[in-house]
Amino acid sequence: MDRAEENGFLRGCRDGVPIMLGYFAVAFTLGIAARNAGITALQAGVASLLNMASAGEYAGFKVIEERAGLIQVALMTLVANARYLLMSCALSQKLREETPMRHRLALGMTVTDEIFGLCIGVDGPLNPRYGYGIFTVSAFGWTLGTMLGVVVGNILPARLVSALSVGLFGMFLAAIVPKARQDRVVLVLILLAMGCSWLASVMEPLASLSSGMRVIILTVALSAAAAALFPVKEEQDER
Amino acid sequence: MNDNVWLYILVMALVTYVIRALPLTLIRRPIKNRFLRSFLFYVPYVTLAVMTFPDILHATNSVWSGLLALIAGVALAWSGQSLLTVSVACCATVLISEFFL
Repeated sequence: MDRAEENGFLRGCRDGVPIMLGYFAVAFTLGIAARNAGITALQAGVASLLNMASAGEYAGFKVIEERAGLIQVALMTLVANARYLLMSCALSQKLREETPMRHRLALGMTVTDEIFGLCIGVDGPLNPRYGYGIFTVSAFGWTLGTMLGVVVGNILPARLVSALSVGLFGMFLAAIVPKARQDRVVLVLILLAMGCSWLASVMEPLASLSSGMRVIILTVALSAAAAALFPVKEEQDER
Repeated sequence: MNDNVWLYILVMALVTYVIRALPLTLIRRPIKNRFLRSFLFYVPYVTLAVMTFPDILHATNSVWSGLLALIAGVALAWSGQSLLTVSVACCATVLISEFFL
């Protein structure tokens, strides 16, 4: 990828297209959950635009459905989205030091799993406009998908929903696999992470935690172990 | 009840935004500590790997179509295909394989 400043936004829009398609499918199912919670299409659309978080929104909608307290919705959102705190830390190292505050505040809106995956993968420092481009396109798919899910419910063929739902995982793979090919530590780490993730999803006590919580625990534990055993060399550093 | 729902949505949005924006705005310099830098270097790979597997197996109508999509995705990403190609190929793998499964 080149670093041209002027086309950062457009390049982001282009790279955001697969995210938009994947988001559309996932958001559609999220919209169905929102409808079950008695949330209107407009409310669900606003929630999606402002949150851009599948697990976080799903958890929030569940709390709304039960009309539990605001404290509980805050806590659920915090746990389901806590991984974004780590991603935001990592992303802060990808920005040029002189990046102004307004860009930092705006880029904060765009930290989702997929957009983060793309932003952290660019060569060299990150041009915030690239993130805005991805966000603009993918937020469109996410918001529209949620609203349509509320309105039309179950009319999309199950076959199509099934196929579209792996689009997100395809993006995850495209973000991590090329590095694994270059770097043996990353390769082993990814395999280990997938193995541990599977174990944690079937073995107590981790299996009874929320999936967001499992992601946090495994990410912190495995990344810390890798950092202690295989600290990155200067030239490996992305900056 | 409608006003109430807006309040819930507002709380969700605020919590989510603070989580996302705080580190980006507070950490303004390159981190010097080697351990922390290495930790943050590894975080995205672990997070995305953990979120992909085993979830990809349960996202589709059949575990097998999910597994095929995983294999196709890894193979294409390994050979350096673009994000869109990998993503669309995973979807196509599921769509086609579920006609046979």
